[in-house]
Amino acid sequence: MTSPAGLHYKTFASILVMVIFGPLGDVLLRKGMRNIGAISDWSPANLAHLFVVVFTSGMIWLGIASLLTFFVAFTLVLSWADYSYVQPASSFAYGLVAVLGRYVLGESITTMRWMGVLIICVGVLIVGHTPPRTTEHR
Amino acid sequence: MLAEIILIFLIVVAGTGGELCLTRAMKTIGEVHDFRPMAVLRFFGRAVTVGWFWLALLGMAAGFFALLGMLSLENVSFVIPVTALSYAAGALGGSIFLGERVTPQRWLGVLLVCIGVTLVWKGKG
Repeated sequence: MTSPAGLHYKTFASILVMVIFGPLGDVLLRKGMRNIGAISDWSPANLAHLFVVVFTSGMIWLGIASLLTFFVAFTLVLSWADYSYVQPASSFAYGLVAVLGRYVLGESITTMRWMGVLIICVGVLIVGHTPPRTTEHR
Repeated sequence: MLAEIILIFLIVVAGTGGELCLTRAMKTIGEVHDFRPMAVLRFFGRAVTVGWFWLALLGMAAGFFALLGMLSLENVSFVIPVTALSYAAGALGGSIFLGERVTPQRWLGVLLVCIGVTLVWKGKG
């Protein structure tokens, strides 16, 4: 049995891992795919070739490892914390991914896109504050 | 542009469809009470015998590869916010496919997500 302070600490630590590694994984995948180049040929032969190129890229594997870390933290935290408590963290991730895109990858982001990201964060936050279970528990 | 629309459609529909199938598979199997490694392994052993589980894997894999394709074409600050459309697909799919009751507050959140995605798309620059 974990003490309330211990529970609070491990919940905070897990959510922090989720908020950092989720967006980081997305940014690393973008960096990896940017290095490979934009896909212009969608023929099955080229897609098969790309499959090999993608899965021999260290950056892509770092991205996948980062997303797996996010997924493990998400799964673990759900074993003791409420979904409605954990889920709003994902709204923060949309903002962080835009910030990382801007300052790590040097992407240009218009004011309208920042506004859109902000509204998405609020929308996801509202979705997260609704009851996590609406069907009968079996 | 067509490729981008198809990829976003795949990320949102196949990805969310996969998650909905996973939810259905997990509800078929039943709630996990024992988190010991062998019990978790037995749980996954039961999961692989459920057809919905394999459909879920197929959908989520399609969604992941579509995401990689989209990230090769567009900035991450565009792609990831647009994938928030999954909340709309999830609310629709949850109410139609799983019989979940979507509250007005949740629909309001989904509406805001859709407005936000529209602004992100229009602010592509």
